[in-house]
Amino acid sequence: MSIKLMKSLCVGALLAVSGLGVASVASASEDGGHKMEHQKWGFNGMFGTYDADAMARGYQVYREVCASCHALEHLSFRHLGDKGGPFYNPEFPNPSDNPDVKAFAQDWSVPDIDQDNGDPIDRPGIPADKFPAIFPNAIAAAASNGGAVPPDLSLITKARTGGADYVYALLTGYHEAPHDVDMAEGTHYNTMFPGNQIKMAPPLFDGLVEYAARTVPGEHGGEAHTIAAPEATAEQMARDVVEFLTWAGDPKMEVRKKLGFATFLYLFIFSLLLFATYKQVWKGVKH
Amino acid sequence: MSGHSTYEPKYAAEKWIDKRLPIIRMGVDFMHFPSPRNLNYWYAFGGILALCLMSQILTGIILAMHYTPTAEEAFNSVQRIRRDVPFGWLLQSMHAVGASMFFLAVYIHMFRGLFYGSYKAPRELLWIIGCAIYLAMMATGFLGYTLPWGQMSFWGATVITGFFGAIPFVGESLQQWLLGGYSVGDPTLQRFFSLHYLLPFVIAALVGLHVWAVHHVGQNNPIGIDVKNKEDTLSFHPFYTMKDGFAIGVFLMIFALFVFYLPDALGHADNYQRANPMVTPPHIVPEWYFLPYYAILRAVPDKLMGIMLMFGAIVVLFVLPWLDTSKVRSMRFRPTTRRFFYIFLFMCFVLGWCGANSPDDIAIPMGEGGMTFKWLSRIGTLYYFAFFLFLLPVLGWVEKTKPLPDSITKAINDGEA
Repeated sequence: MSIKLMKSLCVGALLAVSGLGVASVASASEDGGHKMEHQKWGFNGMFGTYDADAMARGYQVYREVCASCHALEHLSFRHLGDKGGPFYNPEFPNPSDNPDVKAFAQDWSVPDIDQDNGDPIDRPGIPADKFPAIFPNAIAAAASNGGAVPPDLSLITKARTGGADYVYALLTGYHEAPHDVDMAEGTHYNTMFPGNQIKMAPPLFDGLVEYAARTVPGEHGGEAHTIAAPEATAEQMARDVVEFLTWAGDPKMEVRKKLGFATFLYLFIFSLLLFATYKQVWKGVKH
Repeated sequence: MSGHSTYEPKYAAEKWIDKRLPIIRMGVDFMHFPSPRNLNYWYAFGGILALCLMSQILTGIILAMHYTPTAEEAFNSVQRIRRDVPFGWLLQSMHAVGASMFFLAVYIHMFRGLFYGSYKAPRELLWIIGCAIYLAMMATGFLGYTLPWGQMSFWGATVITGFFGAIPFVGESLQQWLLGGYSVGDPTLQRFFSLHYLLPFVIAALVGLHVWAVHHVGQNNPIGIDVKNKEDTLSFHPFYTMKDGFAIGVFLMIFALFVFYLPDALGHADNYQRANPMVTPPHIVPEWYFLPYYAILRAVPDKLMGIMLMFGAIVVLFVLPWLDTSKVRSMRFRPTTRRFFYIFLFMCFVLGWCGANSPDDIAIPMGEGGMTFKWLSRIGTLYYFAFFLFLLPVLGWVEKTKPLPDSITKAINDGEA
């Protein structure tokens, strides 16, 4: 009898998962464009984590390349020094004290009001500030970019079907347009972009930014050591900036997965105990 | 069936309370409620649903403390919850995934009721209250999906409220009254938030009635015959608290899988883009739990007709107790109806698949062209209504059912339960 019941429960669970699958599978197949290749990302999978060095390089690419057009409106500078963020330093549990974060904030100019006379001013950023807008408004953004508004990047890997793979494929998807394709003025041929004609000029090319070797403090008070920087090829920069942007869209991923594992373990043991109790209580009851 | 109360107050305080408001008695009687001894795991979904409702209300109340219901700030405030509110990412994920889990459980609960004939006398009102709960859930789910103010939120709300505009004569004014303007905007969002907060408590009240009704008429069971004597039943506690408890544990693992590892799998990427009235998404699709109805809506070319069919698909559920003419409750003893039920179940999935795709795309390739989703959804819609309006009434008269056991206990002893 209990085998039969277990079977029906399994069928239920299966039905559940397959039923829910319909929606997600169906939505994954839309959007035109070319093939999107699955990349190996360290943040995929049940135990996936972000690579802090790649994120730090990715921030550099964002700052030096993307930030001329694209904003990060949901992020504050202090987020960069949060646990799990690109510039987390265990010595500074409060990210606002983190010297790296302070330096990055200062590097940006943030609009404010003069406290003495109320005039609008620009001042260097502090960790508590949000990343400032790049353009004063959407019309200005469209006017400076051939009519297309550069999308905000703080959720870009979540807001596109395919996520990180899509953004990587888009950044590395610029090619010479085939002869039979009539390109509209001011567009560039991109195999990933729906319709293949994108207003954004190819943003990355080999050697565009200069990656510096990074000195990191040794763990548990050990010796500080230097990490050699990889060569700044277009692919490498694309990978790094996607790593950074994936973190920007989902900064709680690591803690989410960790807590998920603990929750799972707890529920599993709890269910086993309940099952044993159920069997014990029903012992001798024919049903 | 409710049985007489077995509660005996032991202490003076208990006696004092029991004379004035027998609330402890009610609780104790609920726990000792005689339940048929042959209930299977499909019967655990009532308890699971109660848990879902509580979880949605608790997470929702906390989310409402941090959420801002304005067109300007709604999208940002959801991001603030996910990034800066302590464990806000968990609450938001539990609430969003929780809606899907709630619907998953309610669908299983409804199909279970359909299969075992739980809507037949004397459980008609129990079933109808359940349908009312489902309707209120649909409204709550739709209103809630608008709140994050993403692209799908905005355009979903635009499409759904557009239905009301198709009503003859009063449609346009009704639509404007609902929206608080000519299109979905700030006033719409604010009233949707208010109603989204209100409706769960309406659901909770209806659940109270639903539980009261089930305690009055008693639970149905997999063989669908009445409980004859005490031997046929077991006390709810500890027998079903432990059995349901195990089922809840398994359900929570599926829940946790989505909350922690696939939080976006059930949503749409477009909803991570801020609502933009100037840009229509290429495909406007509702949440997965509305997809079959969406397919029914789009199965016919006429808008008003589509809307009537869609609402009709829910209305037939309310009158189901009088559509099914069979005297036998459980489909275990109705071999022919059972086959049609399985086709019905399959067709619901087919309709869901149609709802997720563009009507003019090819669903089943055949030779040069093939069958489009529009035609497939027409077949599904036809079957959906034929099942309720033709098959169930007719099968009840013509089907030769299998002999029913004398009692639940006898069926168990004969190995038939």
